[in-house]
Amino acid sequence: MQRTIARLAPLAVFSVFIVFCGLTLFSSGAAQTSERIVKITAHKFEYEPSEIYLKVGEPVVLELISKDVTHGFNIPDFGLRADLEPGETARVRLVPEKAGTFEFHCDNFCGIDHESMSAAIIVQ
Amino acid sequence: MAVTINRRDFLKFAGIGGVVFASGLGWPARSHGASANPSETEDFYFVQLSDTHWGFTGPEANPDAAGTLPKAVAAVNDLRTQPDFIVFTGDLTHTTEDPKDRRRRLGEFKEIVSRLKVPDVRFMPGEHDGSLDQSKAFQEFFGPAHYTFDHKGVHFIVLDNVSDPRARLGDAQLQWLQEDLSKQNPNSKVVVFTHRPLFDLYPQWDWATADGSQATKILLQHPNVTVFYGHIHQENHHMTGHIAHHAAKSLIFPLPAPGSQPKRAPVPWDAGAPYKGLGFREVEADLKQAKYEITEFPVMRS
Repeated sequence: MQRTIARLAPLAVFSVFIVFCGLTLFSSGAAQTSERIVKITAHKFEYEPSEIYLKVGEPVVLELISKDVTHGFNIPDFGLRADLEPGETARVRLVPEKAGTFEFHCDNFCGIDHESMSAAIIVQ
Repeated sequence: MAVTINRRDFLKFAGIGGVVFASGLGWPARSHGASANPSETEDFYFVQLSDTHWGFTGPEANPDAAGTLPKAVAAVNDLRTQPDFIVFTGDLTHTTEDPKDRRRRLGEFKEIVSRLKVPDVRFMPGEHDGSLDQSKAFQEFFGPAHYTFDHKGVHFIVLDNVSDPRARLGDAQLQWLQEDLSKQNPNSKVVVFTHRPLFDLYPQWDWATADGSQATKILLQHPNVTVFYGHIHQENHHMTGHIAHHAAKSLIFPLPAPGSQPKRAPVPWDAGAPYKGLGFREVEADLKQAKYEITEFPVMRS
């Protein structure tokens, strides 16, 4: 019996090692497929950053906050929009499907230079 | 032999106006004697002015910003036959974040346009007038931001797509529109005045109404609807089903064609052709031919 245990012990250790490695790989894989967070700050009359670089097929979550008044986030090419209320975080999920430059703009009239308040997502 | 010439023919022969754009309304041609009220068979015309942006300063776009509106008022007063009414389709003033300045500009604008000979003048806010205070100041000077009126058999509906800063008409106004249209005779003529386009002309430049498709869905239930709007500072003609949408020129600066350049920015002033791209229009309701005729006028006759 002891001999059997002695014979199986390395196998058990190896199995535990394999399971551990597998979990690690799974965890690593999960991290790779999770959504990247991109933080965007809005204030009169700009978004920061003004250019956001994404990759085709990369799932991202845009986390948008306003530092002053209510702004909007509207990206017509993606059919997405959100209200950006001061003190709150608006989250917008997207997965770019093709490369290109896609402008977004404030669609919540916010003041004298509202019409110039735009930025771009650049998908490579 | 005496030759009778009507006002429309006079304009064509005299070459006073710009290109005449005929907009079929899909009206069933009115049969003689169909109306008991003679005023409902009488052709008439109105004048549309838009986007005057009183208070704007920017010599690269318009070095005569303070003089353009008074010149336009004088030009309308010089029309050989005065229109039945005049409508301003929004952005009467340029936006300011100071409520006192907003009221001062609205007051100055009102004083200038009070010089128009025609007493029947209709107003609506643009986002520059009303989006920062839900049109509170506008209503102090000009009354409701959405309303209806009737003129010689045509039902006019003024829609407000600017008081909500998100460019929405809103559920309450959409319901009001539905209820108003449901009261109209199916063969009645309906004209909508609004500031922003009700369709997605170019949403990247905010040239759309967020819930405009819901309004269009309601309007499409009615066979005879035409829309006149402003906001985009240039002529534009578009069809949504049987509904024609006509955008008017501005009286402060033109804007580029939708999506024709990366950024929406005023077309620079052309010193060689002052006031180029600016103007107002006449809209003639031709009930017998079942169409509208649009004639564009410059601010200044050359």
